[in-house]
This record gives sequence, structure tokens and C-alpha cells, in this order.
Amino acid sequence: MTHPAAFVFCEHCDSIYRRHELQRDEVARCGRCCAVLYRGSRVDIDYLLALTLTAAIVFVIANASPVIRIAVSGLHNQANLLQSIVALSHGSALAVGVVAAVTLFVVPLLQIILLGWVLLFARAHRRAPGFVFAMRVLHRIRPWSMTEVFLLGVLVAIVKLSGLLHVIAGPGAWATVVLTVLIAVIARHDIRSLWDRLPGDPTGLHS
Amino acid sequence: MNLAPRARDLGLTCCHTCGQASSSTTAHCPRCRSRLHARKPDSLARTWAFLLAALILYIPANTLPVMYTSMLGRGESSTILHGVVEFWKAGSWDIALLIFIASVAVPSTKFLALGTLLVTAQRRSTWAQPQRARLYRFVELIGYWSMLDVVVVALVSALVQFQLLGTAEPRLGIVFFGLVVVLTMFAAMSFDPRLIWDSDDDKNLPRN
Ligand SMILES: [Zn+2]
Repeated sequence: MTHPAAFVFCEHCDSIYRRHELQRDEVARCGRCCAVLYRGSRVDIDYLLALTLTAAIVFVIANASPVIRIAVSGLHNQANLLQSIVALSHGSALAVGVVAAVTLFVVPLLQIILLGWVLLFARAHRRAPGFVFAMRVLHRIRPWSMTEVFLLGVLVAIVKLSGLLHVIAGPGAWATVVLTVLIAVIARHDIRSLWDRLPGDPTGLHS
Repeated sequence: MNLAPRARDLGLTCCHTCGQASSSTTAHCPRCRSRLHARKPDSLARTWAFLLAALILYIPANTLPVMYTSMLGRGESSTILHGVVEFWKAGSWDIALLIFIASVAVPSTKFLALGTLLVTAQRRSTWAQPQRARLYRFVELIGYWSMLDVVVVALVSALVQFQLLGTAEPRLGIVFFGLVVVLTMFAAMSFDPRLIWDSDDDKNLPRN
């Protein structure tokens, strides 16, 4: 039962195809709409778990340390992601503060936790407790993860302030660079293949 | 080469969450329990609603100030376009261009692209289907970069807190801007790209 499903669907145009074995780095595309159907490289669970755990550590560093430090005539200040979100949530701007908190902090954190949880059990060829829930949430929140936008924002803020003040990128900024790369590499893997590789108990008693 | 058959024509619905195929009469995916639909429900009406709401909020997002800064007692409120001009004048044309793309070009492209996709899908047009499919994926790809301004305002407001020397505060415009990003993302998610190809069904059927 660890074989992938015999058919694949194009979620962009509803075409249905028979699945073929692909070489590494080969990509199957839809003949109707050219969307990517599936990739040849099989998800390596140990490798993906290692990436996810690294991302978890980097996430903590990125959020605990300042991303930007500024100084002007003897005064200095620094800010990290969460402090920036609090500063944004000032008064009537609370609504946008919530959006920023969700997309820049809550969603990336949930992605790391849920993916780590699922993969930890997948190593032992088992479905984690709450596997179905975790996989559904991971699918739902995926479009709302915006760490790379935060990184670009840090860059723009540094340039914006450097005209008036002395600005340096803090350790949090470098951690965000690493985190952005890690999340991008992790996102290249289609974890939906885990549905086929970790068959559930049809009675639902042990899944 | 003949095109592949489509799931709905075979009486199948595929689950977007886990990829499992089920008979079209099934309401919930047997594997992941997600709700199944052959097509996203009320796709066109919902996409129009989100798109129009975003378009309306885009006006205050651009006309209202997004940030208030005071430097050495001189305070000013600036809009997003004002910020672009400031960067341009200061010689940072690359950053000016970046902000312009994220806050003007990306939302405008999304409005135009989703509008085109909606009108053509509504008219069941078979015009340029592969290009329209690509256009939709492009809209999905660029969607969230407009959050850039929100991030910049957040960082600057957190950093520039020097009492008399200088302070920065977010202003109402940034709220509208953030809401526009969220609404356009909902609009893109509500649109069902499979509708682009559903027009082909009309061609094969005799008109009555
Ligand atoms: Zn397709």
C-alpha cells in the first residue's frame, strides 16, 4: 500500500491522468493547462524532517533577536518581528496588526509544528495522532505564509531609515534570510504523497 | 494528441486536500473528510464580491496616509505613493520601483487579471484558454507581495520611537491596504480555474 495512487488529477483543470514513474528532477505537466502535476523526486522523510527541525530552531532565533538596530545622536533602538506587529496594532490599525500576526508569525509557526509532528511519525511509517487534521490544516494555511515578504520589508525599512539614522541589520534579519530559504525548500516538496504512503485504518480506530 | 479526459465527465470528483478520487455523488472525501465539490460553490459570484470589495477599499488605501512621522518636531503624514516619490527623489530608484510594483502594479494586475478571468468564464469563452490558465496561476503567485508596505510600516513604527527627536505611527490607510491584500487573496482563492475549461463542454454538445 505504499505505492502512489494510479491516477493523478490536475487541480487546475480537472484533467485525469495515469501516473508514470518519473526520473529524479523530472516534472509531469498537464497536457491541457500546463500546470505541474507531480514531480519525480520522491519526498525523503528524513531529509524533510531535518529541514523542518532546522527551520524550528531558526524560527526561534529569528523571532527572539532584533531584526533591525538603529542609532541617532546617542539614542538607539531595536525591534524584532513581534515588537513590529505590536507597534502596527496601534489603535485603529489593530485589524492590519492581526493580519500581520497571522501571516508572518502564526502561520509559519503552525506549518513548522504540524509538519514536524506528521514527519516524526512518518519516519516510523505511521500516521501521527491527528494526521488527518494536521494535513488538512497544512493544506489550508499554505497560501497565508508570508515570511519572504517580511524579509523584503526588512530590506526596504533598512534603506528607508538609513538616510536619516545609523541602521544595522540585527541577527534576526540573518535568521529570517535562512528561514525564508528553508521554508522555500520545504515548500518544494508535495507532502500530499504522505496520504498514499501512510495508509490509514479504514475503520478510523487507529489513525 | 487527444486531451486527457476530465474527472467530472467520468463522474469523479477529486479532493484538493489529499488528491483522492471519489464518485461525484460523495459529499465528503472518504480519506480526509474534506467537503467535496465538482466545482467551487458560487465561484463567480464570490470572486466578484471579493474583487469589488477590494477595488473599493483600494481607493482609501491609496488616498489616506499610511504612516505619520515626526522628525525634530516636524510632523507629516504620507501615503503610499508619497513614499514611492520620496525614495525616487532620494536616489533609491530601485526601492521606489520595488514599492511601486508591490503596492500599485501587483494589485492593479490582480484586479485586471481576475476581472478578465471572471468575464471570460461567465461568457463561457474558449478564447486563449492556456494563457488564461497561466494568468490565474500568475495571480496566485504574485498575490501576497502587496503585504510589503504593511511590513515596512510595522518595522518603522516599532523602531522610530525617540520622543522629541522622532516618532512614527501607523495611520488608517495601512488598514485598508492590508484588507485589500486579504480580499484579493480571497478573490483569487474563490475563483475556480476549472471553469476556464468548462466552456469546452458547450462545443461538443449540440445546441438546443
Ligand atoms: Zn491541467
